[in-house]
Amino acid sequence: MSQSGGVLSDALLVARKDLLLERRAKIGIGQVLPFAILVLLLFAFALDPDRGILKLATPGLFWVTVLFSAVLTLQRSFALEAEDGILEALRLSGMSPAGIYLGKVTALTIELLLLEAVLVLGVAVLYDTKFLGIPLLFAIALLATLGIAGAGAVYGALAARLRSRETLLPLLLLPLLAPVLIAATRGCEVSLEREAMSGWPWAALLGIFALVYLTLGSFLFRPLLEDA
Amino acid sequence: MSAIVHLRSAVALIGRFPALAGVNLDVHAGEILLLRGPNGAGKTTLLGVCAGLIGLSTGEAVVLGEDLTRNRRAVRRRVGLLGHDSFLYQDLSVVENLDFWSRAAAATVADGRAALDRLGVASRLFELPVHSLSAGQRRRVSFAAMICRRPELWLLDEPHAGLDSAGRDLVDGLMSEAATSGATVLFASHELDRAEHVAHRSVTISGGVILDETPPSTETRADS
Repeated sequence: MSQSGGVLSDALLVARKDLLLERRAKIGIGQVLPFAILVLLLFAFALDPDRGILKLATPGLFWVTVLFSAVLTLQRSFALEAEDGILEALRLSGMSPAGIYLGKVTALTIELLLLEAVLVLGVAVLYDTKFLGIPLLFAIALLATLGIAGAGAVYGALAARLRSRETLLPLLLLPLLAPVLIAATRGCEVSLEREAMSGWPWAALLGIFALVYLTLGSFLFRPLLEDA
Repeated sequence: MSAIVHLRSAVALIGRFPALAGVNLDVHAGEILLLRGPNGAGKTTLLGVCAGLIGLSTGEAVVLGEDLTRNRRAVRRRVGLLGHDSFLYQDLSVVENLDFWSRAAAATVADGRAALDRLGVASRLFELPVHSLSAGQRRRVSFAAMICRRPELWLLDEPHAGLDSAGRDLVDGLMSEAATSGATVLFASHELDRAEHVAHRSVTISGGVILDETPPSTETRADS
């Protein structure tokens, strides 16, 4: 009788597979990244007449762009699992549902962090932004992305088999991620030295959000996988 | 001899529709059982129930000694299911798929390669993405992904579909080998001439119930 290798090894296996799928299909580089850059450009065109507003709004515009891109990435990630009976195969595999969840979160986090790295360069060029608080910015990006991926994987699994998943997932997810948007935006404003207060409480809030969803997701993924 | 599959008054609903409406069935170790029946008869649902993927509304289901009414998950690692879907990632190559699914089932990468060889998947196809394969080649890769798990119970839904003559012979040989080595095979097929030759016994399912059972044929038993 086969035995699965444990949560960690299952998570690594799934994360490696998801990253390999992205490398093969190049949806992130070929579609999501151009979409994200296009959104940044459109914001720049829309607000450029008043450069001051564009500068003030940079953190918010950045995270709104990340959220939209994250929804696309999540839809792609879970659409793959809903094709060709893959969800049944995963249920039959004997892998730990928590391992599958954490693997998907890991892959999503890596993909989104790479996207954000490119978007930061885009913001620096298009919006003439200077990033000063790099450690805080890095912490905010990492924790916010973990929260987006953690919550997104829960709702991605929930919507995976639904015919209306393309429209339902943003409707479910975006309101839920409003706290991430607010905290990440405020934290980034501090890291850009637009506000005098410390940004670390915002990072802590993002950390709590990520922790709650990673914990919930690890437990909820089994029933979600069963009902998907 | 205890049954590997034991169903009594098994009722399974798909939505509100009773896809199984009171099935009684026993399948014993080393047996190859053919499920016959028209489209929509409940064959695929029956295989899904035995795999622990579909729950029963009422009735009894004990598969490989596991009571599925209590815990459907317990049996999943021990069965191999070949369904209508390929169970393969279309953008990954043949070997990437086999590596993933063999590791997922705690088998080794070598098990996956051996299964590909056993299914006659040419090595020149190994690096190709699955979406570029023909239907028959995909079917062989799916079969390889199933057998590398070394399942105790094989659940095959139209295993000959999409295969050429050599592939169909190969599948028949694999089913016979599996049964000889102690595994149990339950398969659904519409290709009755071929399927009845390899099966030890067959049952007809229609409207979600078993209508009749063909006892083991002396000739078929002698062949096996």
